[in-house]
Amino acid sequence: MAERVDPTSAPPANPPIIEPGHTFATLTDKISAIVLTQRTPWFWYIGFGASFLLVLVLFYCIAALLTVGIGLFGVMIPVAWGFAIVNFVWWIGIGHAGTLISAILLLLRQKWRQSINRFAEAMTLFAVACAGLFPLIHLGRPWFFYWLLPYPNTMGIQPQFRSPLVWDVFAVSTYLTVSLLFWFLGLIPDLATLRDRAQRRVPRFIYGMLAMGWRGSAVHWHRYEMAYLLLAGLATPLVVSVHTVVSFDFAVALVPGWHSTIFPPYFVAGAIYSGFAMVLTIAIPLRRLYHLEDLITDRHLRNMGVVMLATGMVVAYGYLMETFTAWYSGDVYEQYMMMNRMFGPYGYMYWLLILFNILIPQLLWVRRVHANVPLLFLIAISVNIGMWLERYVIVVVSLHRDYMPSAWGMYSGTIVDYGVLAGSIGLFVCLLFLFIRFLPMISIFEMRELVHDLSEQGQTVRSTE
Amino acid sequence: MTTETSDMQAMRARLASARGKEYWRCLEELADSEAFAQMLREEHPRQASALAESVDRRTFIKLMGASLALAGLSGCLSPAPAPTDEKIVPYVKQPEELIPGKPLYFASAMPLAGYGRGIIVESHMGRPTKIEGNPSHPASLGATDVFMQASILDLYDPDRAHVLNDAGRIATWDGFLASISGELAYQRLNEAPGPAILTETVTSPTLSYQLQQLLEKFPKSRWYQYDPAARDAARVGARSAFGAPVDTMYRFDRAEVILSLDSDFLFFGPAALRYARDFSDKRRVAGRDSTMNRLYVIESTPTVTGSMADHRWALAPRAVVAFAKAVAKGLGVSDGGAGPAAGVDERAVNAIVGDLQSRRGRGIVIAGDHQPPAVHALAHAMNQTLGNSGSTVIYIEPVEAQPVDHGQSIRELAAAMEAGAVQTLIILGGNPVYTAPADVKFGELLARTSLTIHLSPYENETAALCRWRVPEAHYLESWSDVRAFDGTASIIQPLIAPLYGGRTVHELLAALLGEPARTGYEIVRGFWQQQSKARGDFEQFWRAALHDGVVPDSAARVRQGAPAQGRAASAGAPDTEAAKTNSEAAAGSASLEVLFRPDPSILDGRFANNGWLQELPKPFTKITWDNVILLSPRTAERLGIGRRIATTGGERGNIYAEVVELEVNGRRARGPAWILPGQADDCVTVHLGYGRARAGRVGTRLGFDANAIRTAGALWQAGGATVRTTGEEYAVACTQFHQVMEGRDLIRAGTLEQYRRDPEFLSGKEEDEHAGSLYPGFKYEGNAWGMSIDLNACIGCNACVVACVAENNIAVIGKKEVMRGREMHWLRIDRYYKGARDNPEFYQQPVPCMQCENAPCELVCPVHATTHSEDGLNDMTYNRCVGTRYCSNNCPYKVRRFNFFQYQDFTTPSLKLMRNPDVTVRSLGVMEKCTYCVQRIRHAQIEARKENRAIADGKIVTACEQACPAQAIVFGDINDPNSRVSKLKNGPLNYGLLAELNTKPRTTYLARLKNPNPELEKELPRG
Repeated sequence: MAERVDPTSAPPANPPIIEPGHTFATLTDKISAIVLTQRTPWFWYIGFGASFLLVLVLFYCIAALLTVGIGLFGVMIPVAWGFAIVNFVWWIGIGHAGTLISAILLLLRQKWRQSINRFAEAMTLFAVACAGLFPLIHLGRPWFFYWLLPYPNTMGIQPQFRSPLVWDVFAVSTYLTVSLLFWFLGLIPDLATLRDRAQRRVPRFIYGMLAMGWRGSAVHWHRYEMAYLLLAGLATPLVVSVHTVVSFDFAVALVPGWHSTIFPPYFVAGAIYSGFAMVLTIAIPLRRLYHLEDLITDRHLRNMGVVMLATGMVVAYGYLMETFTAWYSGDVYEQYMMMNRMFGPYGYMYWLLILFNILIPQLLWVRRVHANVPLLFLIAISVNIGMWLERYVIVVVSLHRDYMPSAWGMYSGTIVDYGVLAGSIGLFVCLLFLFIRFLPMISIFEMRELVHDLSEQGQTVRSTE
Repeated sequence: MTTETSDMQAMRARLASARGKEYWRCLEELADSEAFAQMLREEHPRQASALAESVDRRTFIKLMGASLALAGLSGCLSPAPAPTDEKIVPYVKQPEELIPGKPLYFASAMPLAGYGRGIIVESHMGRPTKIEGNPSHPASLGATDVFMQASILDLYDPDRAHVLNDAGRIATWDGFLASISGELAYQRLNEAPGPAILTETVTSPTLSYQLQQLLEKFPKSRWYQYDPAARDAARVGARSAFGAPVDTMYRFDRAEVILSLDSDFLFFGPAALRYARDFSDKRRVAGRDSTMNRLYVIESTPTVTGSMADHRWALAPRAVVAFAKAVAKGLGVSDGGAGPAAGVDERAVNAIVGDLQSRRGRGIVIAGDHQPPAVHALAHAMNQTLGNSGSTVIYIEPVEAQPVDHGQSIRELAAAMEAGAVQTLIILGGNPVYTAPADVKFGELLARTSLTIHLSPYENETAALCRWRVPEAHYLESWSDVRAFDGTASIIQPLIAPLYGGRTVHELLAALLGEPARTGYEIVRGFWQQQSKARGDFEQFWRAALHDGVVPDSAARVRQGAPAQGRAASAGAPDTEAAKTNSEAAAGSASLEVLFRPDPSILDGRFANNGWLQELPKPFTKITWDNVILLSPRTAERLGIGRRIATTGGERGNIYAEVVELEVNGRRARGPAWILPGQADDCVTVHLGYGRARAGRVGTRLGFDANAIRTAGALWQAGGATVRTTGEEYAVACTQFHQVMEGRDLIRAGTLEQYRRDPEFLSGKEEDEHAGSLYPGFKYEGNAWGMSIDLNACIGCNACVVACVAENNIAVIGKKEVMRGREMHWLRIDRYYKGARDNPEFYQQPVPCMQCENAPCELVCPVHATTHSEDGLNDMTYNRCVGTRYCSNNCPYKVRRFNFFQYQDFTTPSLKLMRNPDVTVRSLGVMEKCTYCVQRIRHAQIEARKENRAIADGKIVTACEQACPAQAIVFGDINDPNSRVSKLKNGPLNYGLLAELNTKPRTTYLARLKNPNPELEKELPRG
C-alpha cells in the first residue's frame, strides 16, 4: 500500500505523510485549537499588520489610478501592457496549485495531499482574487469593466467573442467560482466540527450558519463524497483550461514572442510550477510557526519538490523550443525577437529568469536538498521570482521591439506599478492570515480519515512481516 | 428770449445754492423747466410717467408685498405680453449662407516673415477652425506647411496679450492715443529726431504706403527692419550681381539638374511650398521612359532638401564655399584666380559640371539663404553661364517694400540708440530683445529709450522692456494685405473679431498718422481703392480679390536683364563675412564652426508658445520641446561625447544627452549635444527660437538660447568655436531614436536605372504567401477607401502631421509625457538611415493607420470598440472603448494612440472654440487612431446621397493629403478602377508595409527611386 501512496520514492528513506502517534482526538484538538482556543500568537499580529499596511498601499494606488488615470502606470506605446498584466498572469499561475492538489491528486488518490490541500485551495482563491484585480485596474476606463460581460443592454452590443480577453473573463470567473465551491464544500464537515467545539455564542452561530446543518450522518457523508468527487471532476479540466486561455491572450496576437503554438502547454506547466513553489513558500514557515511538522511532514515537502522539478523541466523545454522555433522559422522578426530577448537592453532579465527558473531548481535533483528545508524554501522563492520574470520577459520584452523599428521603446514600472505589485502581495498574505486565524488550515476530517487508513495499513504491513 | 434768460438765471441761482455733490445731465434739467419735462414725456414716455407719477414709500411697500404674494401664481398664468417696443428677432429665417453644422470657407493669406501664403480658412459658425492652402495662390497651390496649419492654435492661444498696457498698468486705446499723439506733436514742433520704427520684413502694400506717409509726416524719423531669419545674403549677392535689388525665382518644374549649395529650398523660404510641388512633380515616374530630375546637395547640416538628394555631400561651411568655387571654375566662371581649395572632391565637381553643362537652360544652381553673398553671386554667374537665367531662373523686381540688409539695419538702429538719437521707438511686431544678435545688446539700449511702443501678439521679452504694449490682432482677426514670393498680392480678411481686443499694424499706424478712427477695413480697402482707380469697377475687383484670395495681375515684374558677367566675376571675390569666417576658422584648426539655423518647428521663436509645433518631432532628429547642439558622429567621437537611452520611454521618448558648453569668441551657451549622422565634421549646428524667457505657459524656458552666441557680423556661421563637455546629462524627448531598419523591408528603394530595366524590380514577394483567413472576408460593395503614399515625392516636411492634429483635435501632452513614449500623433514620419555613418542616405516614411482589411486590432477588442466599416475603414468607437490597449499591442504598425491621462484641455475657454466640431474630443482612457478623416468621408457621402450621385474621385481629401505640398498622398476609392489611387496601386512600385503579415493594408506605398549620376554611382556609398 505504501508504494501506492507514493510510487516515486523508495520506502526506507521515505518519511511518513503523518507522524505516528496521532489519533482522531489529537488531530481535532491540534487543528481546531489554532482557531478556537489558542491565543492569537504574536507573529500573527505582526504578519497581519504588515500585510494590511501593504493592502492600504494597494487601495491608495487604486484610488489614484481611478481618479488620475492609467498613465500612472509605466505603460506606453509600444508597451501598452506592463506590470499589471505580468502580475495578472503570475497570480493566475500561482492559483493553479490549489485546484491541482485538491482535484487532480484527489482523483489520482494521492493521500499525501490531504494535509496541504485546504490551505493550498485557500491560496488559490486568494491568488485568483489578486489576479482578477489586475485586468480591471489596468483598463483605461475601469468603471466600464462590465462591458466585457454578456448582459442584456440598451446599447444592443454584446462582447466580441473573437477576443481572447472575453475568453479570459469566462475562464477566470469560472475557475474562481468552481474553486470557491470546491473549497467551501470541503470546509463544511470541519465547519461543523468548529461549531460543535466553539465555546462562545458568536463563533458558534457563524460556524453554524456556514456548516449548513451538517450532522455527519451517513447520508450526509454519502452526498458529500459524491459532490466532492463531481466537483473534482469539474475542476480538473479547469486547471488546464484557465492558463491555456490566458496563454491565448498572447498566442492569438501576432506580436513576435507571443504568437506561438507552444504557449498553452508551456503556460500550464509554468503555472503548476509557480503554484507549487508558492505552496512550499507558504507551507514551510506555516508548519514551523504553528508546529505542524507532524502533519505537514518532510514527505510533503519532498513530493512538492519533485513536482516542481518535473514541471520546471517542462518549462525549460518550453524555453528551449521557443528559441529553436525562432531560429528554425527563418522569420526575421522572430529571430530578432529572440536575439533581443537574450542580448537586447532587457537581456539581463532573460538570464536572471534562466538562473532563477531553470538553473537554481536543478538542485532538486540532489536528494539531500529535499531534506534541507531552508534551502528548499529558498528554491521556492527563486522559482516565484523566476516565474514573475518569465511573464515580464514575455509581455514587456516582446512588445518593446516588434515590427516597426521606428516605434520601438523602453518600458519600466513606475512607483505605482511597484505599489500595486507589493499591494497585491500584501492582499494575498493578509487574506491568508485571516484564513489561518478563522478557519482550519488543515482539513480535520480528511486527516482523521488518513489516520484511520494508515492505522489499517500499518496493521496489514505488520501482519505481512 | 425772456424765458431763456430767466432759465439761465434760475440755473445760476440753483448752482449757487447747491451744496456738496449735485450732478446734472443737461442744462434743461438743471433749469428744472417745464420744457424739459415736456421733452422727457415725448422722448421716453415710460420713464417719464415713472418720474411724474412717482410712488411714495408706502405705496411702494404695498405694491412690493402684493407682487411677492402673487409671484407664486405666475406659473398659473400665461406669460405676460411682452412690451410692444422690445422685440427680439426669431431665427425663422437664418442668415444667408449660415447653416449650423456646415462650415464656410474664406480665402485669406498668412503672412510669415513678411511673405504671404494663400489660405482657405474653414469657419464653423463664425469660428475659424482649420487652415488649408489656397489652390489659386502661387505660393501655396493648395498646400500648407506646418506653420500655416499651426497658426490656428496661435489665434486661440490663451497666453496672447489681452490688454493694452502702459508700463505695467492697464490702459485704454483712447488713453494711448491721447498720450502718444501729444508726444509726437511735441516732437514735431520741437524738431526732435522723430520716431524710429522697427519692423520685420514688409511686403504689405498698405503697410508700406502707410510707412511712407509716416516718414513724410516725420521727415527725421527712420525706418529700420530686422528679421532674425532675413535673407540678407541672397539680397546682397543679387545686388552685387545686378547692381540693383533683385529677387530670384526658380522654376523647378523646368529643371532637370539642380545643384543646391546648402539651400533648403523645399522647406524654408516664402516659396518652399511651390518649389516642393514643382520639384516632386519632376520626380514622379509613370513608365519605363519616365525621367526624373537629379538633385545634388552640398550642405553642412542635414535638411529636408538634403534628404531628397540623389547625391549629397556633407561639407563644413568653408568647404561649401570652396566647392562652389570649384564648380564655378569648372563651368568657366572666373573665381578670382584662386586654385581649387584642398579637400574638394574633383570627381564630384567634374560630374556636376558635366551634368549641368549637358543640360544647359534646364538646370538650376541655387545658393542657400545662409551662404555668404559671394556664393549667391557665384550661383547667379553660373546660372547665367549655363543659360539658366530666364528659363529656370527668373529675376523679378524685389517684392519687399524696402529691401535692406537686416543685419546692418539693426546695427544702425543700435548705434542711433546708443548715440541717444532715438527718443521714440515704435516696434511693429517681432521680438528684437530676444532675436537681436548678442553684440547688439538691444535689450539694454531699449531700456534706455524714453518712449517705446511695442505692437505684438504676446507679452514677450521685448514687451517687458517697452512702455506701451499694444496687443496685436492675429492675422485671422485682421484686415491687411501681403505679397507672395513672386509679388502676387492677397487681401487678408478677418474670420473673427479680435478675441482679445488686438489692433492691427494698420490701425496703429493710422492712429500715428492722425486718423485714429479709421478701421483696418477702411484703411486696406481705401488703399486698394486708390490703387485701382484706373481699373474700373472697384467693388467687383474688391469682391473678386477677397473671394479668390489673390489680387489679379499683381505679380512682380520680371526683370529681363541678366547679371553682368564682369559683375558676377567680381562678386566671386570673397566678401567680408566669408573672409572673416574663413580666417577665423583657419585660426585654430581644432576649433569648430557654428551654424545658426531657424528651428524647423518654431523658426526664430515666434511659434515658441505653439504646443502643436513644440510637440512636432523635428525632421531627422525627431526631437520635440527642445533644441540641441548637433554634432557629426566623428566629431562627437573626437570630443568624447555620447548619449544613452533611458530605461523609461527609452528609444521612443527619453534620451539622455550630454550637456556641453559651446564657446564662440568669449560668448557661451550650454545645451545638450546630439549626434546626427549626415552632419558635416568639425561644425556644430544650433537652432534659434529656444531659451525664451517670456514666451507663455508653453514655450517659456525650453531649450537654450542660441542668440546668446550669435553676433551681427556672423549671423549664420561663426568660426573659432570650442565645445567643452560638462559631465552633466539632459533628458531629451525624442520620438524615434532607433535609426536603422534592422534589415526589414519597410522602405523600398532603388534607382531610376533599375526601374527602367525592370519596373517590377521592387514589387512584393511575400504578400500572397499565406493569404488565408479563418474568418470570411469582407465584401466591399460600395466604396472601398484606400490611400497611396509616394515615398518618391514625400519630402518629410511634417505638414501632414500638423494638419492631422488640427483636423482631428489631437491633444498636446507635453515634454514629460512624450518622454514616456506617449505622444499622440495619428500620423508620424518615420526616419531611417542607410549607408555610411557620416553621410548616410535619409529615408522618410509617413505612417498613418493602414486600415488593414485583415485588421489585427479589430480581432482582439473585447467590446467591439474598433470595428470594420462596410467601406473598409477600421472605425474606432471612442464611447465604447474601455481601454484594454490590446489593439495597440496587436497593431504591427503601432499607429494607435492612447489617452493615458486626461490629455485634452477641457477647461481653457478659447481652446473650445478651436476644435473641429465634426470630430469627437477624446477623453481619458480611450484609444484613438487615424480614421482616414472619416468625418470628411461621411460628409461627402451624405452630400452625394442627397444629390443622388456617386462621389467623384478627388472629392474627398484627407487632411494629410490636402496639406501635402508634394502631393505624395492620394486618397480615393479602390473599387473604382479609374480612380487615381487605384491606378497608383496597380503600378509596379506599389507595396504594402509588412504585407507579409497578411494584414492587407489599405494604405500602400510607392517605392522611393533615386536618380544618381552614373559617373558617381561607382563610389557609392559616398562621403
